[in-house]
Amino acid sequence: MHPEPQHHEHVVAGGALPHPSDGYTHDHDEVPHTHPDPGVDPHEPLVAGPRALRIGIGGPVGSGKTALVAALCRALGDELRLAVVTNDIYTTEDADFLLRNGVLPAERVRAVETGCCPHTAIRDDISANLDAVEDLEATLGPLDLVLVESGGDNLTATFSKGLIDHQIFVVDVAGGDKVPRKGGPGVTAADLLVINKTDLAPLVGADLAVMDHDARARRGDRPTVFLSLVEDRLATPVADWIRDLAKARIPA
Amino acid sequence: MKASSRVVAELDGLGGTRLAVLRSESPLLLRRTAPATVHLVGGGAGPLRGDDLSLEIEVGPGATLEIRSVAAQLALPGRGHLPQSRLRITATVAPGATLRWLPEPLIAAAGCDHRTITRVEVAETGSLLWRDDLVCGRHHEPSGHVHLDTTIRYAGTTLYRHELSVGPAAPGWSGAAVLGSTPPDRPRTTASGPEAAVAGNGRAIGTVVAVPATLLPPATSGPGDFAVMPLAGPGALATAVGADIRPVRAVLDPLCEPAATLIHN
Amino acid sequence: MGLATLLVLADGRLPSGGHAHSGGLEAQVSAGRVRDIDDVAGFLHGKLATSGLVAAAFAAAACDRPARSPELDAGFDSRTPSPALRKASRAQGRALLRAARAMWSLPPVSREPHQPVALGVVASAGGLTPVEAAVAAAHGTVSGAASAAVRLLGLDPYAVHGLLARLAPDCDRIAAAAAARAGDPVDDLPAAGAPLLDIGAELHATWEVRLFAS
Repeated sequence: MHPEPQHHEHVVAGGALPHPSDGYTHDHDEVPHTHPDPGVDPHEPLVAGPRALRIGIGGPVGSGKTALVAALCRALGDELRLAVVTNDIYTTEDADFLLRNGVLPAERVRAVETGCCPHTAIRDDISANLDAVEDLEATLGPLDLVLVESGGDNLTATFSKGLIDHQIFVVDVAGGDKVPRKGGPGVTAADLLVINKTDLAPLVGADLAVMDHDARARRGDRPTVFLSLVEDRLATPVADWIRDLAKARIPA
Repeated sequence: MKASSRVVAELDGLGGTRLAVLRSESPLLLRRTAPATVHLVGGGAGPLRGDDLSLEIEVGPGATLEIRSVAAQLALPGRGHLPQSRLRITATVAPGATLRWLPEPLIAAAGCDHRTITRVEVAETGSLLWRDDLVCGRHHEPSGHVHLDTTIRYAGTTLYRHELSVGPAAPGWSGAAVLGSTPPDRPRTTASGPEAAVAGNGRAIGTVVAVPATLLPPATSGPGDFAVMPLAGPGALATAVGADIRPVRAVLDPLCEPAATLIHN
Repeated sequence: MGLATLLVLADGRLPSGGHAHSGGLEAQVSAGRVRDIDDVAGFLHGKLATSGLVAAAFAAAACDRPARSPELDAGFDSRTPSPALRKASRAQGRALLRAARAMWSLPPVSREPHQPVALGVVASAGGLTPVEAAVAAAHGTVSGAASAAVRLLGLDPYAVHGLLARLAPDCDRIAAAAAARAGDPVDDLPAAGAPLLDIGAELHATWEVRLFAS
């Protein structure tokens, strides 16, 4: 039932190659809607080539994705040609937040509406995000880095490899120190797990050692970093991780 | 009833407009009311089923013509076995000419079956303000069937192509996609389909197509169900929808005043 | 005939950007015109008879003769007075082409055609007939908005799908009528307008916060 995708010369860089999804679907649900299933991606991987490094930033509502994006803009804005696509419900307040905090001009930010389905827009049907990335590149010229911020979702939301090269999953200590143990594709499969708001750990009774242990158990060799944007406004460990990836892509 | 009326406006050589032709048949009676203004005056109730009416308007190079009407046009049922009533309006606007079509509303009385076909051809550098108001049913009566079919071309290219059907033969016309649903203050009929739910619920719509677009204010929307929209080609459309004609007139009338159009020239 | 191919093209899970568009419903929900299943029914009936008919006609015509797509695209422009709707239609046309290029070999077509024109070209590339393209267009006109209704209003999904089932014969009828006119001159193709969709799209485009792109 799953036809082989047909490759031919019309496939553009970053083009989505739709397969029938193996995701969990509702048999009788009229909402076209698939739930992410770890390990199955309806899109082909991104085509390598001269284009920006694309990093997806996902995580539950309130875990600090937008604040992390602002910190990364602050940290990397002077050294990399940078733009942001946000899938979050985006207001002029958010734009002002990035403008004030992130030294990122408004023309470098695109908001994508997700039709109440944030995980669909980053995984099952990435067309609006791909269009936004292409439009940014067309408007701003060549870019080094595009950050794609997902809308706040649940622990199972992950990005399609057809949209991004690497993904960061952000959880926070206030969400409970059991989150890493629960796993889910975001925690287990993200290329970088960020455990955010460590400054709040004493206040919410979260045990960072437990979170560290559980994250290692879940993630094997994949890196996990602890972060407090109150203490580190440049999100240094995350920015460094991105710097290394960018260096690997851009010829010196 | 079959009737054919025709008006041709030309420059008179003295900086004004003269009407080279002003020929009219009842019920499409044309009367000159000002040097460059013609009014349609009521020549009996109608159109009624079986009527086949034709109006030709021609504005020559550099000339100006404004057409208004003294009263609303009331489409009525007439005899049921007759074909639908038809009004065909054909207008041409020459280079440098101006046509302002600003009639009173068409009212779709219960049981009517009427079609208005409008074909307007505007030459490059010609200008046009084309107003159409439609009221769906008289007070507290369901709408009859009216179909508007409008094509406005500019410089040889179709600028605006629009059809609108209201009344019992038009599925969903009173739904929230087309002209609106039962206002909240009315009891709602359930389980008998969307048309039944709004029977007797008068609705009105008005449109103004302008060429060039600068004859209308820049793009805007609201308050209420009103928007001015730049067309893909060199024109603009103002549309207003209301529970009756009053809110429609309130927003569209000011756009059709000569003073208002001059401001944006 | 390519029934399974038609299902592939008309599948709501086709990654062609549709999930982010409410087909004008979000604006009317906000305006208070659409609150329950009856209102959704009225909305969908009107949308199908207007936008659905036009989309079906343009999809059928583009499928019939893909080389006509520039002319059809201009014709669709002249039927779409709202800039917001033109933008939404072109965005969905572009997204559909992106998905379709991975499925079939497409003839030359502009980068961002109107969605029904793109749909017709894609249907033709997939070996479908004009009436099949028209069915996909008519059904797509209502199914996207119906799905948005479930998400925006929390309606019973079974009730909404029941509505779609009852609309299916209308979709077929409209598609047949549209396909019969596929070869007509562009100006003679259906042009049924939906004034509240135009106005609603313009209002919607000015909102600071939107859940749907249109």
